[in-house]
Amino acid sequence: MATQHSRASARLMISPSVLLLLGWMLIPLCMTVYFSFLRYDLLSPGTEVFTGWDNYYYFLTDPSFNDAVINTLSLLVGVLLVTVIGGIGFALLLNLPAWGQGIVRVLVIAPFFVMPTVSGLLWKNMFMNPVNGVFAHITLAFGGQPFDFLGQAPWESIILMVSWQWLPFATLILLTALQSLDQEQLEAAEMDGASWLNRFWHIILPHLSRAITVVILIQTIFLLSIFAEILVTTNGGPGTASTNLTYLIYVQSLLQYDVGVGSAGGVIAIILANIVAIFLMRMVGKNLDK
Amino acid sequence: MARSITTKQKAINTAVIWVLGLVMFFPIFWLIILSFKTESDAIMAPMEVLMSGWTMESYDAVNRRSDYFKFFSNSVIIALGSTFLGLLIAVPAAWAMAFVPGKRTKDILLWMLSTKMLPPVGVLIPIYLLFRDTGLLDTRIGLVFVLMMINLPIIVWMLYTYFKEIPVDILEAARMDGASLGKEVLYVLTPMALPGLASTMLLNIILAWNEAFWTLNLTSAKAAPLTAFIASYSSPEGLFYAKLSAASVMAIAPILIMGWFSQKQLVRGLTFGAVK
Repeated sequence: MATQHSRASARLMISPSVLLLLGWMLIPLCMTVYFSFLRYDLLSPGTEVFTGWDNYYYFLTDPSFNDAVINTLSLLVGVLLVTVIGGIGFALLLNLPAWGQGIVRVLVIAPFFVMPTVSGLLWKNMFMNPVNGVFAHITLAFGGQPFDFLGQAPWESIILMVSWQWLPFATLILLTALQSLDQEQLEAAEMDGASWLNRFWHIILPHLSRAITVVILIQTIFLLSIFAEILVTTNGGPGTASTNLTYLIYVQSLLQYDVGVGSAGGVIAIILANIVAIFLMRMVGKNLDK
Repeated sequence: MARSITTKQKAINTAVIWVLGLVMFFPIFWLIILSFKTESDAIMAPMEVLMSGWTMESYDAVNRRSDYFKFFSNSVIIALGSTFLGLLIAVPAAWAMAFVPGKRTKDILLWMLSTKMLPPVGVLIPIYLLFRDTGLLDTRIGLVFVLMMINLPIIVWMLYTYFKEIPVDILEAARMDGASLGKEVLYVLTPMALPGLASTMLLNIILAWNEAFWTLNLTSAKAAPLTAFIASYSSPEGLFYAKLSAASVMAIAPILIMGWFSQKQLVRGLTFGAVK
């Protein structure tokens, strides 16, 4: 029973969190929007002038912008496909009766706890390096020509690294959801002669839909902002072959000291993230209200 | 009735999942192996690496780099500091939303979730400049604050879902028996909330330890945690596989172990309570 008094104290208890988050969002957001209309060079402070939409024009017509948007979206779609489909497969397999399930689960989810800089350098040096990497050694042993992963296919290689980090996450969540599935329902369907595919399609997949939605939502938040993996492996190159929006804005603002253009990029990144978020929230709203 | 399964089927299942597990874990396994090799052995072909001698010299070398401990303690301070500060602010909010829900509680929760949708790069420049002007750049207190802010929505959500499960009847019974608010919190609520608090803490330490956007962009020397220390090995002239491996193993081991112990709670925390 909430009284007038307890309502007031509840508000008092919630307000620090709300005010902090509001400040954390609004203050930098307003500053980014403001900077995006200035010619602002970090190296010559005090020379800022209003330039209207110039920064936006410059950022949007820069050829790297196109590459960055395509890379950002292709990583998102690529990693989501690998992790959701792979995660469903892994979860189904790990849910089968077998010896040592607990240990295998521990092994499978381990990559999720590896910090991004370690994972980037681990793949770059120990596996994908065309001279000393494990892949190169194996190709040589079979008489092949080692492939320079990060030189020839940088973005695909980064998609592979990121998928390795996030597949455990998808597996863990889908497996948890799978374990709450009513076994009797499955057995009944089997008795009635439903094939495995039918059981998967009509019972298992609908049961997992909520978990799949959550996996997509959470991963999208993180995948749009992949940064460290690029920084330690390719530095966005060769050219802009492995530059995403986050990395492009970082280069503009903190390496080329162009705060104005970097801020315009930031505003565009926020708009793009919101477009993706609206799609997601609709999807999630449909699935979570059940 | 559970279906019986033939031993043969179970053996096949076992073989399949073990292959999966070993493939996924292999990169980490290889990292551990290389960390116990000499630099010249570490770059050989896989079979030769396995046959070569074992040594602790890389661990010695990394530890002797006098600044390793500094990076490590920065990581500890930043991860623990941001988690405790976050809990301090989030516990009252989650408590109030769970036990005195108002008309707008759901909206506030959803709004908090939506703040996670704001890409960090969109606010990188203002935060960087504000930090530079206030002298917070490359300080641990600055990073504690930033990581606390980015994880706050997750902490509030996670605590909320745990608090929500505490039966309100028990609180009312305590109140009927004449317990004051302080006693109610101390003797009734706290014991029931402890597991939830512990898992929230664990998840946030993991997230803060591995965070690599703000830690890389807002630090240079003094406050740099392990993420930045490892990144310093990315320079092409320094291809020290064994030392990189030893440093990496030391950087990921604590979190790997914590993560393994908190699998279940992790699912709940990372899905904002939507999957349990």
